[in-house]
Amino acid sequence: MQAFYMLLVFMVAAGIVAVEIKDLLAAVISLGAVGFGVAIMFIMLQAPDLAFVQIVIEILAVVFFVAVILKTTHEDETLGRGYTKDDIIPILGFSLFALMFLYLGIKAMISLPSFGNPLMKVASYYIENGLKEVGAGNLVAAVILDYRGYDTLGEATVLFTSVIGVLAILRKEGRKK
Amino acid sequence: MRGMTTIVKTITRIVIGFIFVYGCYIVLFGHLSPGGGFAGGAIIATSFILSRLAFGTTEKQEKNTTVVSSIFESIGGIGFLSVALLGMLFGFYYFQNIISKGIPLRLASAGHILPANIAIGIKVGAALLSIFLGLASTKYIMRD
Repeated sequence: MQAFYMLLVFMVAAGIVAVEIKDLLAAVISLGAVGFGVAIMFIMLQAPDLAFVQIVIEILAVVFFVAVILKTTHEDETLGRGYTKDDIIPILGFSLFALMFLYLGIKAMISLPSFGNPLMKVASYYIENGLKEVGAGNLVAAVILDYRGYDTLGEATVLFTSVIGVLAILRKEGRKK
Repeated sequence: MRGMTTIVKTITRIVIGFIFVYGCYIVLFGHLSPGGGFAGGAIIATSFILSRLAFGTTEKQEKNTTVVSSIFESIGGIGFLSVALLGMLFGFYYFQNIISKGIPLRLASAGHILPANIAIGIKVGAALLSIFLGLASTKYIMRD
């Protein structure tokens, strides 16, 4: 359990680095570290299906970003304006809210039942009847493609829409000469 | 897109077939072991992207690949929808699993999960390849 929390701290630190660092290549690598942390966490929580998808998609995402950065620029070109005196009140207010949220979140998490025990009503139905009704050895496949087919259809639609979006933004006709 | 050094090309030549076959395995055994259409399709797309990065391509190849991967993505989407429509064709509701269940833990089991996994695998692989080509080779595809 300690390794789990150390991993969480590492991921938060890597996320902060990814946001704050000036070199975009380093930011992408930090983002990849966060993603692989999520993958290790899925393995710890005994979800190999999700860990699989997370590892492959994270590799792909890092390759995408690196390919784009090699084509364009390493430098973060957004104009920062620095902090002034007027920013103190918003920063303090936000910090207060974040601390309060953290405190309440920890209290809520402690009062939850332990992980995977007891089984929820729907999950126990799937575990008892999944193999008999669907005939799939992998219960996750039985849930996402049989019991919850509509969700997978929605997921496929989201991917399709994202491809259309990328190709529509980058297409030749819409660009200024 | 320029190719990479001889070291990268040699290693790519050795591993790329294994990556592709492993992706197909993940898709086909999605109903028996961890994985499934999404993970397997992503692995297949990775093998194509690896060859693209290592060996480099010409302008004409980029255009052709973009067209072909768009067609494959549509084929995958239509395949998944027709698997879902099979249920309605035989008088049940949408996404009804009407193909025979078979013996559990065999390759040919679990009704429509195997064809649906294959369709999703094709769709996801082609979609990720299309996004990669759109982002990384804009210069080739979009130049007048």
